[in-house]
Amino acid sequence: MKIVVLVKQVPDSGEERTLRADDKTVDRDAATKRMNELDEHAIEEALKLAEANGGEVTLLTMGPGDATDTIRKALSMGPDKAVHVSDDALHGSCAIATSKVLAAALGKLEWDLVLCGAESTDGGVQALPHMLAERLGVGAVTGARKVTVEGATVTVERQTDEGYEVLQTEGPAIVSVWDTINEPRYPSFKLIMAAKKKPVESFALADLGVSADEVGLANATSQVLEFAPKPPRQAGVKITDEGEGGAKLVEYLASEKFV
Amino acid sequence: MTCARVDSGVEVMGHMMKVERFLPSEEAEALLGLTREIADGELAPRASDFEARGEFPREVLRTLGQAGLLGLPYPEEHGGGGQPYEVYLQVLEELAYRWLTMAEAVSVHGLACYPVAAFGSDEQRKRFLPEFLGGELLGAYCLSEPQGGSDAASLAAKAVKDGDEYVVDGVKAWITHAGVADFYNIFCRTGVPGPKGISCLVADADNPGIQPQRRERTMGLTGSPVAQIVFDGARVPADRLVGGEGIGFTIAMSALDSGRLGIAACAVGLSQAALDYAVSYAKDRDQFGQPIIGFQGVGFMLADMATKVSAARATTLAAARLRDAGRPYSMQAAQAKLFATDTAMQVATDAVQILGGYGYVADHPVERWMREAKLLQIVEGTNQIQRMVISRNLARG
Repeated sequence: MKIVVLVKQVPDSGEERTLRADDKTVDRDAATKRMNELDEHAIEEALKLAEANGGEVTLLTMGPGDATDTIRKALSMGPDKAVHVSDDALHGSCAIATSKVLAAALGKLEWDLVLCGAESTDGGVQALPHMLAERLGVGAVTGARKVTVEGATVTVERQTDEGYEVLQTEGPAIVSVWDTINEPRYPSFKLIMAAKKKPVESFALADLGVSADEVGLANATSQVLEFAPKPPRQAGVKITDEGEGGAKLVEYLASEKFV
Repeated sequence: MTCARVDSGVEVMGHMMKVERFLPSEEAEALLGLTREIADGELAPRASDFEARGEFPREVLRTLGQAGLLGLPYPEEHGGGGQPYEVYLQVLEELAYRWLTMAEAVSVHGLACYPVAAFGSDEQRKRFLPEFLGGELLGAYCLSEPQGGSDAASLAAKAVKDGDEYVVDGVKAWITHAGVADFYNIFCRTGVPGPKGISCLVADADNPGIQPQRRERTMGLTGSPVAQIVFDGARVPADRLVGGEGIGFTIAMSALDSGRLGIAACAVGLSQAALDYAVSYAKDRDQFGQPIIGFQGVGFMLADMATKVSAARATTLAAARLRDAGRPYSMQAAQAKLFATDTAMQVATDAVQILGGYGYVADHPVERWMREAKLLQIVEGTNQIQRMVISRNLARG
């Protein structure tokens, strides 16, 4: 079984993040970069499936040159190899263009299953798996909290607000996962060292047959028109108890719709 | 580096001192990074709770084993990490910084792997080391007895050969991992009185003749089970004898210096934790309109603490580098153990003092660290034994 896991390097969601003043794209240099958290769960699931059924796990990343840090980190969990799509022309690409590039890259790889996080913590669009499936003519089952593969049949429990739905598709297929699906493993010392020697293949746009005028900020289908910094935290409301403090408190909570 | 420590539900935000480390390789940098990641994710959040409940974190130890942190100083060909002591000790320090019980467990387990790794036959190494060093099996080290810890040469537990087995009878004391270990190194008498009559056996824990007793009610490291073990006609296959009859004391003595460095590294980690916590508190705590770190009485205390922690680390790593270079380091190991553990006691005590009343209650971890530090002055040779080792070296020199 051949599995490709989509991995994205994102600004650490635990830190203050910002947009660039010049082109209003995510300021990737201002923040600590890390692997998108949900992707760790996708890798864990891929490794489990490969361990159970035999097979190979390949990582696919689209991102700037320094995304190699995330690729090495991801490889240290255990995948066999990685593909890194990197091209200056990709800066500022929208989800639709990203899906075009990743679909082209997937077209160059052999796979039975593509796994990815249900969303990225920077974009949060959640639509990429569907876009990829549409372009590649395969099924997409998304938001999984459980994945089972029997022969060519892929069954997932899709997490919903109320519970879960069981969805099934015939492979090859694209599956996105939430963090409820598993507990990602830590890298091991030996795998960290081994990861330095694992093959990482690089693709530029030209290698994928995608033209620069189909991607990038200038050709994006969505645009950030303006943005403003988060307003500073307001000072709290202080209620002094002069006999009717309780009532005032309830009044305030009611006005904020807490009660 | 900004850190948030969560302990007993109290979160202390502050600036943690970044320890400047000079590591010998890129490999070592990666190893320390992995150690910090796992220690922050798995150790720090559990320490206070597990210690309060007296629960041994066997599963967390398994995670450390899977990550390759349990066999670091042993050769790669047997499943170890092939790391110099200089690096291994800094890993222990990072673990002790978050949770001493875990660092001690790694150190004790490492010690328990030593007889087979250093004195075992090729067959024994191939048979045991992959599971020992991979952390699947947890080890314990049975040397001390109720009537004697420091004077190991006079140990009384005996093993009598009966066909192709040894029959072991006796009582061992202060055994870390008693009842949770999967294998026990047993130092026992197979011959004449004195050091030449002692042998080392490696026995499986599921032996009906090996009977761990009630856990000791210890002052600290309450997550780590310590108990006496009664050997009552325990039959151990003769092929579990390590290094031949009469070699036991040699094994025990050659493991001692390494064990002392392990405890010294644990002490440095604990000291650094107590120092960082006290600094963070002193910067945050206002009295008379200013943070108390600005008062000389507190600031100078912290300065002395920081200086001692740095000196303890330097002394410990200097001894480790001698070991790595294959040079004699017995005296330096004793000095490191003595200085680092006395430092841990003092720094933890001063950290309690700096937190004042808050230092004395269990909502903050410093009172626990103070209780834990005391152990380090006692184990692996009391600090009085260390002074004896050092002074004898001086007399010989």
